[in-house]
Amino acid sequence: MFAYLVRRVLLMLMLLFLLSVSVFLLFSILPGDPARLTCGKACTPVIIEANRHRLGLDEPPLTQYVKFVSAIFVGRTFSPDSPEPIKCDAPCLGYSFNRHEQVMSLITRAAPVTFFLAIGAFVIWIFVGLSLGIVAALNRGRLGDRLIMGISLIGYSMPAFFLGLLLVFFVIIKWQFLPFPQYISPWENPFQFFQTMLLPWILLATLYAAFYIRLTRNQVLEVLSDDYVRTARAKGLPERTVVVKHALRAGLTPIVTAAGLDLAGLLGGAIISENIFNLPGLGSLAVSSITDSDLPLITGITLLTAAIIIFANLVVDLLYAVIDPRVRVT
Amino acid sequence: MTATSELPVSGMPIAGSLDRPFLSVNDLHVAFPTEDGLVQAVDGVSLSVERGKTLAIVGESGSGKSVTAQAIMGLVNRKSANVTGEIWLDGQELLHMPQGEVQELMGMEIAMIFQDPMSSLHPFYRIGDQIVEAIRAHRSIGKAAARRETLEMLHHVGIPAAERRIDAYPHQLSGGMRQRVMIAMALINSPQLLIADEPTTALDVTVQAQILELIARLQGEFGTTVILITHDLGIVADVADDVAVMYGGRIVELASTTTLYDLPEMPYTLGLLSSVPRMDQKLPERLDPIRGNPPSPIRLPKGCVFQPRCDYWQKVPGEACLTVRPELLESDPDHWVRCHLKAEERKQIAHDVKQILAGGPE
Repeated sequence: MFAYLVRRVLLMLMLLFLLSVSVFLLFSILPGDPARLTCGKACTPVIIEANRHRLGLDEPPLTQYVKFVSAIFVGRTFSPDSPEPIKCDAPCLGYSFNRHEQVMSLITRAAPVTFFLAIGAFVIWIFVGLSLGIVAALNRGRLGDRLIMGISLIGYSMPAFFLGLLLVFFVIIKWQFLPFPQYISPWENPFQFFQTMLLPWILLATLYAAFYIRLTRNQVLEVLSDDYVRTARAKGLPERTVVVKHALRAGLTPIVTAAGLDLAGLLGGAIISENIFNLPGLGSLAVSSITDSDLPLITGITLLTAAIIIFANLVVDLLYAVIDPRVRVT
Repeated sequence: MTATSELPVSGMPIAGSLDRPFLSVNDLHVAFPTEDGLVQAVDGVSLSVERGKTLAIVGESGSGKSVTAQAIMGLVNRKSANVTGEIWLDGQELLHMPQGEVQELMGMEIAMIFQDPMSSLHPFYRIGDQIVEAIRAHRSIGKAAARRETLEMLHHVGIPAAERRIDAYPHQLSGGMRQRVMIAMALINSPQLLIADEPTTALDVTVQAQILELIARLQGEFGTTVILITHDLGIVADVADDVAVMYGGRIVELASTTTLYDLPEMPYTLGLLSSVPRMDQKLPERLDPIRGNPPSPIRLPKGCVFQPRCDYWQKVPGEACLTVRPELLESDPDHWVRCHLKAEERKQIAHDVKQILAGGPE
């Protein structure tokens, strides 16, 4: 078990290393000069050259890469020879010259928004997905099943921005049930926080629940005809116990896989929902970093998102062993 | 043993009466509606078992033997199948009982052992916990007490190092051990009726005999009534008191085990017996399989269901075998046969076949 963990963590670090190299390579061969983008209309060749030097872009790519990686562990000072050197403390993911702010602090400001958005939606969609999936499976072929599957098909095929705009239009603008979203931390004003997050949660949960209803229904249907479920019935257990403790538990593995990876994906930023509801999360940050060609910020967000997904993979693999005793992590 | 007539008997004695057999099934029909048509899996089965006895139900795949067992157990989904008839267990009618009451009987009064112990045990739970769950589904006793009882039972069914094995997962045990666990789980609440659905089919030949012996031993100790479902006539002789042979959803022959082996009358039973290799006899040139395949349960032949595979139907005058379903009739006392052939003809055929099998005059 311990050896497995060590191996997996090493593998994880190697993946991150390869990823950072490829992100770096990709950005150095991309057309467009980052130094040119730092000064807008005021650019003159002299300023561009000066900025290139400040950014360290005049150094060979390998040196740039080494400096970038070492900054994560020991911090870094940009343009040390200028009158105003920029100090970036470890863990330093770079410095956004567009925003004149450290990438790390930009991310740590946006991350909680995305975190609350993802977790809230996750809780709703898992609850709705599992329970409606079970209900559909138990009523297979009958009205309840068809109704649930029909609705979930709509949710599944509805584009996020369309459903999001519908919600904004009706709930906020037309009926004015909720004020226009204005993000505030839950510690500061829990009520406004919930008012803001409610619709984004519903939007994301609708999109994801549709898939989980289908998945859960299929899993439960598959295991319901398995022999051990018949054994559970033959013991005289109540139907509820048979379905939840015996059938659902046995069909849980693919659901956990999907849930782990979906949640990880969302934690890296829910681009459309965040934009529709004006949430300053990682998704919005990523989009604006791309439109601004803010390379240090793009690099930082890409690596962070990748790290979250790689980590989620590890967690999911460990969960397999918790769920299914036949799986041995060695 | 008695076999009740095909039709539901009116004026049957009411619950708890002494002259009613412990278990009696009257005119049981189970049909599954499917897209291809109605599958008549069980078509008018009537049988009865006295307390403490063993009835074997024998037949090929698709003969309706397992569905009969599952109907008795209450495992046939009433929503997806049409079930009619009556099943009386110790004075209670099971088929028309509310689901909640059936649930109380399942695992408590009636228990079941299944064919494949690997797939019948939940792969994610420890075997001890699975047995404890069976106890606590019916009796309000503490976890510790239930665990003690489980341990005792595991010892009883012959699981070595039960103290350790109680916390094992099913995949950590051998096939024979798993079936012992299934038996322990089935008998943990001392049920009065045990239904064993092909309990040895998935096991090694060497283990099969051990499991059957175990069932027989526990049956003696607990006074359990046993219904043994099998396609293997070889294992029936040693353990069953009576045998019901099923074909195409019906019982085609019903007799005590000795009668059935000595004087089988229905050509199908005869075919089954001749296709079993016998250790105690000189091997014939080759085994004699029954030709053809079992009938489709959707389109059953109009006449005798076995007619398309029967070697003797032309001996019946007219075309009765093609057009008329034979009734299950009492040929000798307690020996019921469903066949259009005359009793003397059947006995002659059985005699001739046995001669051939024994390597006698051709």
